[in-house]
Amino acid sequence: MAFVNLKSKVIQVKIVYYGPGRGGKTTNLEYIYQKFRQRINSEMVTVKTHGDRTLFFDFLPFDIGLINGYNIKIQLYTVPGQVKYNATRRLVLRGVDGVVFVADAMTVRREKNIQSLENLQENLTSYKKGLNTLPWVLQYNKIDLREQGIPLLPVDVLEGDLNREFHAPHFPASAVKGTNVVATLKKIISMTIASIKKEFL
Amino acid sequence: MSYALDQKQLDRIEEILKTDLIDNGVRCVFLIDMAGNIITNLDNGEKQHDIYSLAALAAGNFGAVSAMAKIIGESEFSLLFHKGKKENIHFNKISAEFLLITIFGNDISLGFLRLKVSESVEQLKRIMESLMSAHA
Repeated sequence: MAFVNLKSKVIQVKIVYYGPGRGGKTTNLEYIYQKFRQRINSEMVTVKTHGDRTLFFDFLPFDIGLINGYNIKIQLYTVPGQVKYNATRRLVLRGVDGVVFVADAMTVRREKNIQSLENLQENLTSYKKGLNTLPWVLQYNKIDLREQGIPLLPVDVLEGDLNREFHAPHFPASAVKGTNVVATLKKIISMTIASIKKEFL
Repeated sequence: MSYALDQKQLDRIEEILKTDLIDNGVRCVFLIDMAGNIITNLDNGEKQHDIYSLAALAAGNFGAVSAMAKIIGESEFSLLFHKGKKENIHFNKISAEFLLITIFGNDISLGFLRLKVSESVEQLKRIMESLMSAHA
């Protein structure tokens, strides 16, 4: 639910990184925070447990400058990936304008990806939203693990599992190394802005 | 779904918040939606906070407490108050979608603050509810 302030000409947009636990959602935000440190004038907020897992969410505000005379403020959030935290996951999705689904490309995580995407769909339905209308992109994370000989799912298998009916844009990525992290972000921002433009600008 | 407020509506909201709250000694007040967006914020010029992070955490906090209310059989806790040594935060729901947050020091009593907040909320409700029904 983007908010357009017609007085100060500011649009606030909410983008949520979703996906199974230990998939790299927080790592995506940490990379973005390091990479664009000069342009981000506040601290990244994280609500974590002792075990360094996301308990509630991470939050990173990000200014991308002017579009059609409006100052666009992107608010990046992650959800906790662990199954037991669904109540908090649903809260973070409230008012979402765009989603990055961070799938874990490791073969052993195949089922977890599918379950997490189903969970995303259920939670979006509770807000009367769905993946057919909401801007979203897929990121197949951890491709760097191939170098260490860890079995990874081929992209066509991931596509078949997660993206067969949607044909959303997808990016093989390594959040740890930064590969395609910015490309994923740019894509979801441009899709989300385009969708808001249709309504307002 | 997106929504917008125009200059006239925002001027009116700011006027209410300034007259009822800032002029009565509140340090900082902001109106947010439950997605964590800031609709407007005012302060008395003494301190600058990281308002975007505050809004995101406040919306999450309020959502979490509302979920707790449902578990124990309450429909909601419509107001929340956190007490600090020097600074205190008060949350008051305006409607299903909007929340008013005030930050104030120990020089204002909680009772007085609650009175002033509830006066503002009544006025804000009229502006905000017409906005949400227009976008429903």
